[in-house]
Amino acid sequence: MTLVVETTDEAVDGIADGSTVLVGGFGMAGMPVDLIDALIRQGASDLTVVSNNAGNGDTGLAALLAAGRVRKVVCSFPRQSDSWVFDGLYRSGDIELEVVPQGNLAERMRAAGAGIGAFFCPTGVGTPIAEGKETREIDGRTYVLEYPLRGDVALIGAHVADRAGNLVYRKTARNFGPVMATAATTVVAQVGSVVEVGEIDPEHVVTPSIYVDRVVTV
Amino acid sequence: MSEPTSGPVVEHLDRGPLSRDEMAALVARAIPAGAFVNLGIGQPTQVADHLAADSGVVLHTENGMLGMGPAAVGDAIDPDLTNAGKVPVTELPGASYFHHADSFAMMRGGHLDVCVLGAFQVSATGDLANWHTGAPDAIPAVGGAMDLAIGAKQVLVMMTLFAKDGTPKLVPTCTYPLTGVGCVDRVYTEVAVFEVGPGGVRVLETFGTSVAELAARLDVPLRS
Repeated sequence: MTLVVETTDEAVDGIADGSTVLVGGFGMAGMPVDLIDALIRQGASDLTVVSNNAGNGDTGLAALLAAGRVRKVVCSFPRQSDSWVFDGLYRSGDIELEVVPQGNLAERMRAAGAGIGAFFCPTGVGTPIAEGKETREIDGRTYVLEYPLRGDVALIGAHVADRAGNLVYRKTARNFGPVMATAATTVVAQVGSVVEVGEIDPEHVVTPSIYVDRVVTV
Repeated sequence: MSEPTSGPVVEHLDRGPLSRDEMAALVARAIPAGAFVNLGIGQPTQVADHLAADSGVVLHTENGMLGMGPAAVGDAIDPDLTNAGKVPVTELPGASYFHHADSFAMMRGGHLDVCVLGAFQVSATGDLANWHTGAPDAIPAVGGAMDLAIGAKQVLVMMTLFAKDGTPKLVPTCTYPLTGVGCVDRVYTEVAVFEVGPGGVRVLETFGTSVAELAARLDVPLRS
């Protein structure tokens, strides 16, 4: 049952210290900035954040990092021209980093959401990413065993929700949202607007309501 | 992996090295009509400027789009529509959007015809190093490079043949951490186009230099 809440503070209520938080967005596109701001006010700390990047500029994920709430970042591409907050924390040894190839990041969350125990993936064979991992040759090709990546909470951005919690996205702001929505115990979506049930064509729903726990308009 | 090409090497000795723009044009000409193509961040992005309007080439961007158009300017800039480099772009008729797991399934599943990537080093057998210098103070960032390198049917690399200190970037064995093993098919540089793979390095074309001159400056055997 999806709850449409009035404020972002209600939307992030109950996130515990030490949680693994999946944060949507690719750069700032699809980044749930208002939910992250609410999470900073909420105060949860010692977090593991799973996101494609490690924050841009001084807002959104970068602000959460700057507030000292994040113990570890799991991402594919931390280093960017405007990732100075992460860069500083990493160089001073104040944050842990796990670099995951972008497709593995997505597929590991997809596996978590789909009940898959692990999967053999061709990405990263013979590279430092595969060191220490089990490999197997299947039909003449080598694969690396990769495990699911599950979150306690997912914070995602979407374009429109209906009151049942069905979501549609907008352009490339979709990115990790639909996959993260399947992979966390509690899924919170910030949306541009909430419409009545029936106003989204069922053929156009991208994330079905079953995955979504809380929705807030920003 | 594409089939090795045959035919004599073409040495263009009556001209200088290729400009960056000429390199991009050369890569664009190597892309088959109607291909689904991913262009990496940086120099490979310029290839798009040289694709003929009627080529039917469809550009894929890893952050979930097929049918990507040119960079957006002015009122067309939309923060919800960017490329892999987070640059605002446009959509072309026939475009589609999809989530990240689908976008990378397109790569790994062998649906993408060509990708064009930059590189720090490429080995004679087609190993690619383009994500990490391995320097102790460097922050590793792989993005989608490993998935693209092993997923696309044909992997083209665009790079300068020599690093700033003059050392070759086409090498017997990569010294930087690898992105993928035996994944590169062709290397486009300012002075030559190479085919790499299990049979080693073959020179296809040179610009402002000869095969003999290249052989003297590289540590890898060259077939022509």
